[in-house]
Amino acid sequence: MAIVGAGVVGAACAYFATAAGLDVTVLDRRAVAAGTTGAGEGNLLLSDKEAGPELDLALRSSRLWSEIGEDLGGATFELERKGGVVVASTPDGLAALVEFAAEQRTLGVESQPVDATGLRRLEPWISPELPGGVLYPGDMQVQPALAAARLLERARRRGARLELGVEVTGLRTHGGTVTGVETDGGTVAADVVVNAAGTWGGELSARFGAPVPILPRRGFILVTAPLPEGAIRHKVYSADYVANVASDNEGLESSCVVEGTRAGTVLIGASRERVGFDRTVSVPIVRRLAGHAVTLFPALASVDLLRVYGGFRPYCPDHLPAIGFDGRIGGLLHACGHEGAGIGLAPATGELVTQLITGAPTSVDAAAFSPDRLLGVAA
Amino acid sequence: MISSADGAQQAAAVTAAVTAQARPGLAVVGAGPAGLAAAVTAAESGMAVTVVDAGLRIGGQYWRHGAAGVAADADLHHDRAVFADLSARLDRAVAAGSVRLLLQHQVWALTREGDGGTTVLAVDRTDPARPTEIRVAANHLVLAVGAYDRQLPFPGWDLPGVMTVGAAQALLKGSGVVVGPRVLVAGTGPFLLPVAAGLAARGATVVGVHEAAHPAGWLRRLPALGAAPTKVAEAAGYAAVFARHRIPLRHRSVVVRAHGTDRVTAVTLARLSSRGRVRPGTRRTVPVDVLAVGYGFTAQSELPLQAACAVRVTPDGTVAVTVDDEQRTNNPRVLAAGEITGVGGAQLAVAEGLLAGAAAARSAGLRSHADVARARARRDRLRRFATAMHQVYPVPPAWLSQLDGDTVVCRCEEVTVADIDDAIRLGARDGRTVKLLSRSGMGWCQGRECGYATSCLTAHRLGTEPDLAAGADRPVATPVPLGLVARGGLHPAPADALPRIPNPNPIPDPNSLEEHR
Repeated sequence: MAIVGAGVVGAACAYFATAAGLDVTVLDRRAVAAGTTGAGEGNLLLSDKEAGPELDLALRSSRLWSEIGEDLGGATFELERKGGVVVASTPDGLAALVEFAAEQRTLGVESQPVDATGLRRLEPWISPELPGGVLYPGDMQVQPALAAARLLERARRRGARLELGVEVTGLRTHGGTVTGVETDGGTVAADVVVNAAGTWGGELSARFGAPVPILPRRGFILVTAPLPEGAIRHKVYSADYVANVASDNEGLESSCVVEGTRAGTVLIGASRERVGFDRTVSVPIVRRLAGHAVTLFPALASVDLLRVYGGFRPYCPDHLPAIGFDGRIGGLLHACGHEGAGIGLAPATGELVTQLITGAPTSVDAAAFSPDRLLGVAA
Repeated sequence: MISSADGAQQAAAVTAAVTAQARPGLAVVGAGPAGLAAAVTAAESGMAVTVVDAGLRIGGQYWRHGAAGVAADADLHHDRAVFADLSARLDRAVAAGSVRLLLQHQVWALTREGDGGTTVLAVDRTDPARPTEIRVAANHLVLAVGAYDRQLPFPGWDLPGVMTVGAAQALLKGSGVVVGPRVLVAGTGPFLLPVAAGLAARGATVVGVHEAAHPAGWLRRLPALGAAPTKVAEAAGYAAVFARHRIPLRHRSVVVRAHGTDRVTAVTLARLSSRGRVRPGTRRTVPVDVLAVGYGFTAQSELPLQAACAVRVTPDGTVAVTVDDEQRTNNPRVLAAGEITGVGGAQLAVAEGLLAGAAAARSAGLRSHADVARARARRDRLRRFATAMHQVYPVPPAWLSQLDGDTVVCRCEEVTVADIDDAIRLGARDGRTVKLLSRSGMGWCQGRECGYATSCLTAHRLGTEPDLAAGADRPVATPVPLGLVARGGLHPAPADALPRIPNPNPIPDPNSLEEHR
């Protein structure tokens, strides 16, 4: 099989496919983690998901990330089971948040409401003005580029080939079924082809003659100077983020996820805009993200901003990823459109792709993610 | 926490600063040779000029001086008369209200406005305890931000006592500190000569100057040499100084290793072939107290890249802004002058600054009385010389073959050559993915010091071309407190009123980075 894309989703597909004994070639036009994976924060969140297929995928992924951590050594890709803290800015907001968490709990998402005092015990530097929040012990974090690289490293050890700097230009078919991919470096034979090309997945699917609508959403992340260990202990974000993720509004929305990293730097993330592929860093967005962070943690005001990075989150019009066989061409699968949750959802995606190919029973209900649901939907 | 009176006052001050631009406005970033020339030329043509510079005094790195002024170290400074002239004209323009001089202001970002103008966002650090943000809105912008030493890793380069030639020079000019006593100067390019001469003049024992290139390279470029007779005279002057102090000058000779435990105690030298590779059997070790190394300069390209200026990579590996005959970038309201258009020295920078100032004035509908024709001829001659210089003094490829696995490449994050090789093995294919998989360039300096080496090493390992321009793109030009970014500078909180996260490893002051330049 050929997997197009060496980001975290392609890497997870290669990891599970080689574990199932499949013969795998991973192709990328640039490098490992050169696209959205390298522009992400590495959030593995359960806390922001409401009941539905994405939560099922996230819960399965959460278990798989822990297993992968045991298999590869979690430290090699900075896997941290640090927990998330979602905070409310008003008592009414807190009540809604606690209710949301109670519903998630019935579906298996562990959580624990905390009051203002409890909040400060969890995060000593958090604003004393916040009324409380909810602790989600199951939220985790990885360094996304390393996570993709380590998954691929293991897949290669199991026989996968990695072809970098190779651009896939088209699909080879015979009688409506895949026989390989065409690249700028020649043809690669394959009976199964997986489109794991992230934001480029839409264009790639069009090159294959089986278009899937994948749209770019721009996001920026701020990085501060390193802080001492334990300054910020969890992934901390305001409840507004939950609303943003599910939003259909165009234009800028930003709330703020603040988190420490193993390197000591603090990441402040999650602006979301639909502006096409414009990379220009916008000062108003940087100001807004900084504002959110300082509101949550007033002490961050004196900490230096070092860097801003950003990228494009690929999403489908209904905000669910496209995972599964394409009904139009035999042997073609898509595994893209994970928006801002691709790092978190990658293992369950790789597992599902592998189960669909081998005909094994699937760990989650595959129907909701079928790319065929998007046919006829304009990009 | 924040008194509203403070906030309102500050807001009023900023608004006043922004609106006090009734005349056509020009912002000049950088108060070195190029920036000063641009500022006085534009101001004398009738523009309202704001000069922004991070330093404590005007003059930049070239005319860097202590509190006593340039004259106190007359023997260390070239073109003193030029500096005196620009400095006096700037004083007059400041007194006349046509130049506003903002020293100790670090520009962190540029934003392009809808009307085609630019807003300069700077951190005012005149009171280190209370940084504030200043915004300067201007119709025209001159970028004259200069360059800093290029560093190349070699085994032992991170030992105390190993410094850049620029740092040695800055210590000498800025604070009169003489490094030494036994100093070895090595690297490539004409800048090694004044540094060695200055150190010797202040009592250091310069045990040798080791130049990787060979001056025979000039023989094929005599017209360019003839275009800059003052440069030839300067070199002759250094030869005399070297003879007086018995400083040996060796060509095609490089430092391949620095030795020592707590600090450098010796260096190993080797001879180079004409292709810049180490000749076997030529190594010898020399005791030293200080090693000053310089492999040319890297232009400060983050602001030009923020302003979406078109850039190119010059033969010496510098990411340089592309300008037209009038120093205009691809955006006609943004001009560039000095080292950022291609490293070429202070005389060239002054000529380019004058042309940029005059062009900005003309673009604003004003007449400049500056002698543009003469400046243009001078710039063209010096640019030819600079281009030839880049060809005569390339970065020799030898350093790439002298690295050990444990040689540190990125000092901020302690990333070694072996770590970079690991990143490539994991699937990195360019500077950016090497950074993601190794952390090289993710620390305090954001790759300003190690970016060139990381890109070149990666490309060397993969047999590709280094992506130098991609690595120079930094949306935050200097570290800036998050609180200032958040409030846009309008409501600065008193620093002492904020809770402080205790820091066992204090973050270095951004000015300390400048000390290394």
